[in-house]
Amino acid sequence: MDYSNLRRQITSMKKSLFDQGYLDEQFNQLEELQDDSSPNFVEEVVALFFKDSSRLLTNIEQALEKYPQDFYRLDSLVHQFKGSGSSIGAVRMKNECSMFKAHCNNRNLEGCRRSLQKMKREHATLKQKLETYFQLLRQVGPRERAVNSWK
Amino acid sequence: MALATETPFHVLAVDDSLPDRKLIERLLKTSSFHVTTVDSGSKALQFLGIHDEDTCPVSVQADQLEVAVNLIITDYCMPGMTGYDLLKKIKESSSLRDIPVVIMSSENIPSRINRCLEEGADEFFLKPVRLSDMSKLKPHILKSRCKEHQHHHQEQHQQSDSNSNGSSNPTNNSSSSSSDNSNSRKRKAEDNEETSPQKNRSRHS
Repeated sequence: MDYSNLRRQITSMKKSLFDQGYLDEQFNQLEELQDDSSPNFVEEVVALFFKDSSRLLTNIEQALEKYPQDFYRLDSLVHQFKGSGSSIGAVRMKNECSMFKAHCNNRNLEGCRRSLQKMKREHATLKQKLETYFQLLRQVGPRERAVNSWK
Repeated sequence: MALATETPFHVLAVDDSLPDRKLIERLLKTSSFHVTTVDSGSKALQFLGIHDEDTCPVSVQADQLEVAVNLIITDYCMPGMTGYDLLKKIKESSSLRDIPVVIMSSENIPSRINRCLEEGADEFFLKPVRLSDMSKLKPHILKSRCKEHQHHHQEQHQQSDSNSNGSSNPTNNSSSSSSDNSNSRKRKAEDNEETSPQKNRSRHS
């Protein structure tokens, strides 16, 4: 089967994810950890991130709407979000978390709310793009995936 | 008496974040470590066999000793017990204080880093941790093993000095356990593991 077209799609998608700032070098680090003994590692870690971060987003939203707001707790929740985001190379997410943290420190509730909406959008966009990316990779199959030449 | 062991070094990784746990586990396994992951400092202490007061009798610790931990790597920011709190508990424990501890943090705060190093952490990694960071772990394990060998040799010399006529000392193990540190306890467990299969063989052959 001719994978060259598929490979081109994958390469170009990955490039655009990097160029548009969705992902950074850390994502490459993850891909380098994937091998025969752990052929779906990247997809698995990313899935764990989205599961974890969805929960955190819900908690952050709830914490924002609870009066009086516990900014200490909010900061802690966003810190967790930011940390696991940076572990998968989700740089836009990470940056938006930093904005949220800054608003938190200033006890700027409106700023936090706006930032949360951005975080949710970034989260949804990244999730969708990565799902597409992994779908393409799955079509290529593990043997092809492991080939580094076309990264 | 060299205890040749082919088993990989065992690292206990502590992190409350699930994706981060998966990542550190993969990093460690890729670097040929045997890994156990836990999601909190208190679970780490449970695994290591210590409670609030370090009063565990050896029999209770036996399970933990069969899976001796060669290094502990822990996240700094965790709810409840932080990585720093865990580090302190480990260093306060006579049975665990020689195990090298590495702290990971997503924040580059010099005062935090210094505080951890002063408390006895062997290394501080900035997250996200990379594969290249893994190569820094083995030297710390080997260094602590060197200390272990030195202690063991010192104890052996002391015993032979105290023995009259150089007669064999069947109570070798009990005298080393009186010094009450992890090194001798670990050695004891390894001795037990070495001798018991041999005993079985002689019975059934």
